[in-house]
Amino acid sequence: MTKLRAVAVKELRQIRRDPLSLLMLLGLPAFMLVLYGFALNFDVRHVDLAVQDHDHTARSRELVAAFVRSTYFDLAATPAPGADLEDLTARGIARAVLVIPGGYGEELARGRPAEVQLLLDGADANTATTVLGYAGAVVAEANAEALRRTLMRAGGGEAVTGISYRPLVWYNPELSSTRFLVPGLMGVLLMLTAVLATALSIVREKERGTIEQLRVAPLRTVELILGKTLPYLAVSFLAAAIILLAARALFGVEVRGSYLALLAATLLYLLGALGLGILISTLADSQSVAFQGGLLVSLLPAVLLSGFIFQIRAMPAFLQLVTYAVPARYYLVILRGVIIKGSGLGPYPEEVAGLALFAVATLGLATLRLVREEA
Amino acid sequence: MALAVEIRDLGKRFGAFRAVDGISFDVAEGEIFGFLGANGAGKSTTIRMLCGLLRPTSGSARVLGIDVAKEPEEVKRRIGYMSQRFSLYEDLSVRQNLRFFGGVYGLRGAALAAREAWAVEMSGLAGKEDLLTGSLPGGWKQRLALACAVLHQPRIVFLDEPTSGVDPLSRRRFWRLIDAMSAEGVTVFVTTHYLEEAEHCHRLALIHAGRLSALGTVAGVKAVFRDHAVLEVAAPRIVEALETLARQPFVRDVSAFGTRLHVVVDDAAAGVSRVVAVLEAAGNGPATAERIVPSLEDVFIHHVQHEESRRREPAAGP
Repeated sequence: MTKLRAVAVKELRQIRRDPLSLLMLLGLPAFMLVLYGFALNFDVRHVDLAVQDHDHTARSRELVAAFVRSTYFDLAATPAPGADLEDLTARGIARAVLVIPGGYGEELARGRPAEVQLLLDGADANTATTVLGYAGAVVAEANAEALRRTLMRAGGGEAVTGISYRPLVWYNPELSSTRFLVPGLMGVLLMLTAVLATALSIVREKERGTIEQLRVAPLRTVELILGKTLPYLAVSFLAAAIILLAARALFGVEVRGSYLALLAATLLYLLGALGLGILISTLADSQSVAFQGGLLVSLLPAVLLSGFIFQIRAMPAFLQLVTYAVPARYYLVILRGVIIKGSGLGPYPEEVAGLALFAVATLGLATLRLVREEA
Repeated sequence: MALAVEIRDLGKRFGAFRAVDGISFDVAEGEIFGFLGANGAGKSTTIRMLCGLLRPTSGSARVLGIDVAKEPEEVKRRIGYMSQRFSLYEDLSVRQNLRFFGGVYGLRGAALAAREAWAVEMSGLAGKEDLLTGSLPGGWKQRLALACAVLHQPRIVFLDEPTSGVDPLSRRRFWRLIDAMSAEGVTVFVTTHYLEEAEHCHRLALIHAGRLSALGTVAGVKAVFRDHAVLEVAAPRIVEALETLARQPFVRDVSAFGTRLHVVVDDAAAGVSRVVAVLEAAGNGPATAERIVPSLEDVFIHHVQHEESRRREPAAGP
């Protein structure tokens, strides 16, 4: 215990002596959260819409009003007939152009199908798809309304109502992507800081030659590993707390589930990350190599292969297999459950097992490598 | 007399390369034992095996009676080790370094406080306990590193080139500390390539290409020159002079020392006149030669050259 404490205390003193690194460990996650939280917003609201109305009837104005009322669209321009519509999207004045042909109101009044056209800027495919969906919904609602009126006039009376479609989204009723992104960011940032901090702290000892003195000391590998990782575990937990606080203060994302479940999952996840950091440190001989290696194995998989941004189900079969070795994949599922849905660890036995397996594998390999380095 | 180190046919192979090739010697308790050799001669490999860091591939070594291959952890607990890079944490203060190394060796409480006070006193760092180690001059760092290495009061301490990069005054002060430790019965096993430092040692071993090429007291190792004389020779074209003299049967050894040559001959007076005559006859004059007291470096070169020729001869013979 004395030896373990000596190593841990020394490590904490070195962390404190180096405010820049500490700032990186604690400040960077919060900073990235703000950056990603505001920039990585998949919500599409207030799309600039241009309307070219050739009809100028009450019915055509009703349709435009329905678009604006939905809050998804803002009326940005009303080009006169014959104006260059492509120019509007090219200059970024509008993302979508609604063209209502002349005779639209009359056709509807006669009970005949009327056509409207939607021109869409498809340069950003994600946004375009979303906008297409919104427009479809607005038009469908207008259609239903028109149908109801026609039928009523035809003598159907109150009986005609059609299907009343009332979707209810659970857990994230506004479908806010920030709420969805916070767990992912937490996974990415914790992995990044934990792996880099541990790897760099050991490689720094290699570079400065102090590792030699540690090897000659009667320290068991376990004492060395625990003494090295416990301080960074504490710092990483602090970073996690900062991320959660920032998410709450800035984006109103609260933890709905139990903090204990969150703590347990985070502990398992961090243990794996710290093991990975040690493993990298046994392979790298310089801090720059360790930094690049750490970045490669922590950041890339956690961002790309975890389901953070890209859906795992949509990946090619081979990549889907690879994701099973990415701990962020499991952590993310648990975090989304605990933070957004308010569940515990109960529904996620496979994910918990995945995290535990990863932690055991990396810590085991790291111990083996350290022991072999000594022989 | 009890033995602090017993080495028998110790060897370490890295693949096909024999870094240490079957060496044997003993070190007595309380001795200052100098282990000399060029870089890559096998010095560090040997010391790392003795400290339980490397596993020998052949032979055996005991430190304080403990087999280094069987119980490396026990060896580590009992020895002190100071590497050539001092291995202190420069971003920690003097006191924090002492506490860390004390803790790593299991010291705590009053025992740690007592040893800490002793270390500060011994290294002459009183009043500087809270300074950052990185801000200390080299000689002070070196003394602090020694203090850290012996905090747990080991019976033997291994010093791997402890004086590299330290000014001469600090070096002298350092050797006074070593002498004091030896007087208290601590065995000091020290590697160095400063030959003048080897004079501080009670006994020396010279290692060359993984093999022991000489072993004994400083006087004993130098005694190979008892029947020979070493001449310092100057001539205008020194490389040419070296080649000329190497061909002479009366010259036993010749080697370059800076801008001079050191030439080993049987008889001093006859040697001086013959060397001058040979060089001037070869048109490499004016040449001078005078007898000098052989330094350890002469001894070292002599042993290395003999070791090399011994190795070549069996291959060339029948």
